Amino acid sequence: MSESTYRIHGETGEWEVVVGLEVHAQVTSNAKLFSGASTAFGAEPNSQVSLIDAAMPGMLPVPNQECIRQAVRTGMALGAVINKWSRFDRKNYFYADLPQGYQISQLFHPLVGEGSLEISLDEKNPDAEVKTIGIERIHVEQDAGKLMHDQHPTRSYVDLNRAGVALMEIVSKPDMRSPQEAGAYLAKLRSIVRYVGSCDGNMDQGSMRADVNVSVRRPGEEFGTRTETKNVNSVRFVQQVVEIEAKRQVALIESGGKVVQETRLFDPDRGETRSMRSKEDAHDYRYFPDPDLLPLELDDAFLEACRESLPELPDAKRRRYESALGLSAYNAAVLTADADTARWFEALLAESVRVAGKSESELARPAANWLISDLFGALNKLGKDLDSSPVSPVQGAELLALAADGTLSGPLAKQVFEIMLETGESAPKIVEERGLKQTSDTGAIEAVIAEILAKNPNQLEQYRGGKEALFGFFVGQTMKAMQGKANPAVVNELLKKALG
Amino acid sequence: MSDLTELGVAGLRDGIRAGKFSAREVADQFIVKVSKAKALNAFLVETPDHAIAAARAADEAVAKGETLKPLAGVPIGMKDLFCTKGVETTAASHILEGFKPVYESTVSQNLWDAGAGMLGKLNMDQFAMGSSNETSYFGNVISPWRRGGGDNAPLAPGGSSGGSSAAVSAGLCPGATGTDTGGSIRQPAAFTGISGIKPTYGRCSRWGTIAFASSLDQAGPMARDVKDCAILLENMAGFDPKDSTSLNLPVPKWEDGLSADLRGKKIGIPKDYRLDGTPAEILNLWDAGVEWLKDAGAEIVEVSLPHTKYALPAYYIIAPAEASSNLARYDGVRYGLRDLPEGANLQDMYAATRAAGFGDEVKRRILIGTYVLSAGFYDAYFTQASKVRTLIARDFEIAFSQCDLLLTPTAPSAAFALGEKSADPLAMYLNDVFTVPSSLAGLPAMSVPGGLDGAGLPLGLQIIGKPLDEQGVLNAGLAIEQRAGFVARPEAWW
Repeated sequence: MSESTYRIHGETGEWEVVVGLEVHAQVTSNAKLFSGASTAFGAEPNSQVSLIDAAMPGMLPVPNQECIRQAVRTGMALGAVINKWSRFDRKNYFYADLPQGYQISQLFHPLVGEGSLEISLDEKNPDAEVKTIGIERIHVEQDAGKLMHDQHPTRSYVDLNRAGVALMEIVSKPDMRSPQEAGAYLAKLRSIVRYVGSCDGNMDQGSMRADVNVSVRRPGEEFGTRTETKNVNSVRFVQQVVEIEAKRQVALIESGGKVVQETRLFDPDRGETRSMRSKEDAHDYRYFPDPDLLPLELDDAFLEACRESLPELPDAKRRRYESALGLSAYNAAVLTADADTARWFEALLAESVRVAGKSESELARPAANWLISDLFGALNKLGKDLDSSPVSPVQGAELLALAADGTLSGPLAKQVFEIMLETGESAPKIVEERGLKQTSDTGAIEAVIAEILAKNPNQLEQYRGGKEALFGFFVGQTMKAMQGKANPAVVNELLKKALG
Repeated sequence: MSDLTELGVAGLRDGIRAGKFSAREVADQFIVKVSKAKALNAFLVETPDHAIAAARAADEAVAKGETLKPLAGVPIGMKDLFCTKGVETTAASHILEGFKPVYESTVSQNLWDAGAGMLGKLNMDQFAMGSSNETSYFGNVISPWRRGGGDNAPLAPGGSSGGSSAAVSAGLCPGATGTDTGGSIRQPAAFTGISGIKPTYGRCSRWGTIAFASSLDQAGPMARDVKDCAILLENMAGFDPKDSTSLNLPVPKWEDGLSADLRGKKIGIPKDYRLDGTPAEILNLWDAGVEWLKDAGAEIVEVSLPHTKYALPAYYIIAPAEASSNLARYDGVRYGLRDLPEGANLQDMYAATRAAGFGDEVKRRILIGTYVLSAGFYDAYFTQASKVRTLIARDFEIAFSQCDLLLTPTAPSAAFALGEKSADPLAMYLNDVFTVPSSLAGLPAMSVPGGLDGAGLPLGLQIIGKPLDEQGVLNAGLAIEQRAGFVARPEAWW
């Protein structure tokens, strides 16, 4: 790990940016953190609200074990200390989207302590610099509801569907030094929670959002005063916020001003951050232990079950793809960046083993190449993702098997794949019904070659006169006449013979 | 027809079971009695239909020869802190005026499941904050007791369960629910010559009970004698998965376990409860209590609870701190009072609603609680108070290594006149001096009547037990009850 060289070039010299992220990740769970209410996204306003969520008199919270389990698993995936004893605290403030008048969170004794994750500034480049970013803590807390200001000319409405939904707040150390590092950190964190299955990572639905803490300093000097830009909901926006905030702070300091510790909002349309509230009018949250809840004590059996349920994580998987499957660093990185992609690839590989009866290591490379170049390319054009792919892993495996055993040539395979995308039919069926099998029938090929030589006397003469580049022309003509079904190796061999 | 309202819980239960009288007769007599006692202001809502429905169910079961439920046909009073489905529940506050819960508290549901019926919702200090019932938005309850010698000054029934204590001692119901945060069952029981027990924290579910201070709040029964308390508590307590602090333990058969034979028991007398300025009558009663327990076979030992003097200050930090947060939900947004002045924004609505909706004492405690939790004061107040709480609990642990139960007075005085202390919150808070320590430690404790003071007003003795030893507490209470010969009843003037 070496120091980042990202610098803001101010009028008075170079500045370094220091970034820490607080990421709020909605825990994947059918029920809220302390009530039995559902957590489905996009439901009718106030249709997912229990008496507890609405803070009716006398209602009490009861922790949802699944939410705790997911946060513990996330901590484990980040190599973090799991605190067997933790406690919930109340964060008190008044707002219409906060029915209890306090948020149940964990300030003093969080569930998860220090951990870390590794980022690479270029995941696809095996030689790119790898950096370890520290995780300070993860705690579990309730989300608030939502105010709707667009329903009535003079009134605001409250939707409590989100109120009480479980969030993990994953707090990094101030270890990032550039927009790219901040972006890579968020992308990696998203990848890990998706692998673990503790958060769906849907940033556009608000399932994951980041508070971006930014300060600037002269390289090597003490930390400067930081600002916190709230609720940034994409990797790109996080990078923008770091860059914009760092530049703003440098300009401010260089013009004789001082950075104030404050909360800011990001306006992506105008590409700027704006002050929301300063430290002076910040809330006094009056945190104290929630007397409605006993301390959370986790036993060894629970922790062991959490650990056993962890899947292979992206870094380990990438290393395995390279070493055991022989994939290139690039392909391994692409396939493991997202849990869904890796799952799809592994399904494809498993099907390929089943269909072709060969080992994983023999089949992995063509499968990876096809998935990354052919399938991704096609999906990209169709505007779809793997989830909605018209071709399933089984169908992919069948196609790859037909290419591997020589039934389909490269061009034929592409043609069959196009048809699969359009019709959803399987490769064997398409080959069978449309007669798209590659042929190595030397008699048929020889007949076609003879015909082509007869039709193109000029080219033949030139070729024989030494213009050997024309060989490709004859191959093309032959393949065209054979409707692409001729085995290219056989065509080459017979053409060479015929051309003498 | 005989006056069935003279009977307590056990007498009514047994009589209905034996077919001596019908549950309907019982309900009707109590309903009439409640309706005629408006001068006491003990009931905020009367629910005769509820009591009659329970009575009907009991009588039908009797007619069919079915096994009767434990409280079949016994009508009781319900403190207004318990949410009752479809019945206005206000905690005696303006901010919840008109609020009808769509749910039933676990404690009240347990009682209905046991066959009890509800005569009505009982008045109380607003949000259970007070020791005299003077903080109720709906006017104070007046104690059925009066000083002798023609002094007709209206007296406090104690608080916060003052509606419960007044109703039981006036014979308007054979028993009632109370809640106790720092003495709110025991002190009013002592003031009105009845018995009341606060069980171990966690015995009774807090679900559906309007919260005052969550780490202290505990429901319990108030009734005419110890046995009735045992019966009611058996039917209120029990594990509730909806309350994270509920104890997952079976409910003992306290009634069956009642015994006034205290041989082999050691009773501790905490010397630190002998405060300067305690009236001689209280100290004399305490001494009499010692003799009664000796007579029942117990051995008396002196014990020390050295941190007692810090209990009241710690309590008046912790309880308001929790209350300031618990009461934040009454904001005018979702239910209850909303005061929305012309052109008001959200903050204005909060301020107007809470200013109009909360009484002075509630506001005082919210302010204290907000202050002690504020940045810069938290460590000095809340953290210190929490440490004191731990030390107090340790005091009890050490004492209980030397004895089984503790005997103390319940309150430092007999009932005072309404208005006498209301201008001086500190004097009012001092009323909790003997009850607060056991609340902070979560211990079971009960008050039983021991005698009358010179003015003819009841005085109570408090028994404090080890965690989960409600049986020991009840048994010592029974031993005192049998020896004190307390039979005084207030003369009906209402």
